[in-house]
Amino acid sequence: MDTNFQLPSSDFPQIKKTLGFKEHCFKKSLWLYHFGGASCNNCDIEILDCLTPRYDVERFGMLLIGSVRHADVLLVNGSINTKCRDRLLEIYKQAPRPIVVVAIGACGCTGGIFAEGNTFAGPVDKIIPVDVYIPGCPPKPEAILAGIVNFLNKK
Amino acid sequence: MKTIIPVGPYHPLQEEPELFKLFCDGETVVDIEWETGYNHRGIEKINESKTFEQIFFVVERICGICSTSHPFAYANAVEEIANVNVPDRAKYIRCIIGELERLHSHLLWVGLAGHFIGYNTVFMWAWKYREPVLDLFEIITGNRNSYAMFKIGGVRRDITAQQIPAIRKILNALKPKADLLFGAVLDDPVIHMRTKGIGILTKQDVIDYCAVGPTARASGLAIDIRKDDPYAAYGMLDWKVITAQEGDVFAKAAVRFLEIYESIKIIEQSLAAIEKLPEGDISAIVKNIPVGMGCGRAEAPRGEVFHFVKSDGSNSPVRHKIRAPSYVNVATFKKSCVGQSISDATLALAAVDPCYCCTERMAFAYDAYTKKKIMDGNDLIRHSQKRTEELKRKL
Ligand code: SF4
Repeated sequence: MDTNFQLPSSDFPQIKKTLGFKEHCFKKSLWLYHFGGASCNNCDIEILDCLTPRYDVERFGMLLIGSVRHADVLLVNGSINTKCRDRLLEIYKQAPRPIVVVAIGACGCTGGIFAEGNTFAGPVDKIIPVDVYIPGCPPKPEAILAGIVNFLNKK
Repeated sequence: MKTIIPVGPYHPLQEEPELFKLFCDGETVVDIEWETGYNHRGIEKINESKTFEQIFFVVERICGICSTSHPFAYANAVEEIANVNVPDRAKYIRCIIGELERLHSHLLWVGLAGHFIGYNTVFMWAWKYREPVLDLFEIITGNRNSYAMFKIGGVRRDITAQQIPAIRKILNALKPKADLLFGAVLDDPVIHMRTKGIGILTKQDVIDYCAVGPTARASGLAIDIRKDDPYAAYGMLDWKVITAQEGDVFAKAAVRFLEIYESIKIIEQSLAAIEKLPEGDISAIVKNIPVGMGCGRAEAPRGEVFHFVKSDGSNSPVRHKIRAPSYVNVATFKKSCVGQSISDATLALAAVDPCYCCTERMAFAYDAYTKKKIMDGNDLIRHSQKRTEELKRKL
């Protein structure tokens, strides 16, 4: 299993010089909020799996929380249908700024297999701005961790 | 004062976003209403524009936890139309995948149920022991979820002779862990107090509401498609249907636990059978699907999955109807939740295993008069966890 991710340490001094407000906010532990659209659950399960002993997302200081008002990262998975689009917008509105939006899975990124559905309301990035895409159907927990940690490293 | 507590649409209790409205009088739930559609993806319509082979990948994604049961039922339906004779080896492989799915699904449920009553250790344990099952999936199918194993007439991948010892090893390691978990959960006095006598469904209720799967079996109704209408290799294997009489949350948990052992038994027998059959004979050749209609049924971890397919002789169906088990089981909430306290209602909702798995989503409780928010999904869970704490102290 490849879970030896590097936290931002080596390039840290250099980052510090250019640290803007947004980067400053994401410097420490990230709190994640999970929004599951019209998904097939697999992405949801794999996100939950990140919490459990084998993957243990908390060692990166990340925590899955219950209210978007406390979140730094909004994880969105599943295709978005007409009924949950308004809810997603509402949740995005409630989120504190800055917020990182992560689209998880083929459904989150493009609509995936459900993009032809009659209730499909557009992939996530048509509805709210997306910062990180994690493709896969479903992405493995390693991929989800790698996606978010890489995003941290880039900052 | 009467209060309405909407649970959902984005709530930790349910996998699919669904809205439950609990009407409460003080602490007691007096009525319940539900609304679905947050997860509607138009799958039946999408399928009409796909070929028969492509549909496997769509039905697999109806529900990620049941990503074997739906292809299973769909394959049964199409094979009924085309009158296919599936090779025995493929039948056994199908059973292995189906039972592995039951293992991982029940372990997942145990973990989440533990979380709701405030036993996060149970959650972590159960999910830790679920990982080897996912490893097995990865060994056999190449993916942790969404296995893409099924095709018309058989399966896509064989289980080779080299893989069998590895599979056995993981299964054997799983048994003592299941024993441990089983003992720890079912002997705990607090869990007894929290789950016994909660959310009771009588046998008559279960029949009235057409409930299926462990929800029905925990109330003494021995309904199991694998026995009632044996498909694949289930008729050739030796196993029994687990039932309990009480119909409460505890009985539902016990039924699921015991089914874990039955599943391991089925997998072991299937592996033994596979060893005797020639390798590589995993699929029948199906040229085209004739005009006709077919029904397919399969026992998902949550109950009966039903697929109806109508073909007009072209390469895609003209109608595909799907009925999933949670859809009927959800209706039993009307019986199991009414009259319970709010903290117990949460558990009664969870006991049916309505295909949930997302952690924290949102749910708000509004005061019916002032429209002020008084409680959200986390509060509900916290409420439930607090109850456990209180019981613990009393003990
Ligand atoms: S990307 Fe795949 S696994 Fe994830 S929700 Fe969509 S269909 Fe399911």
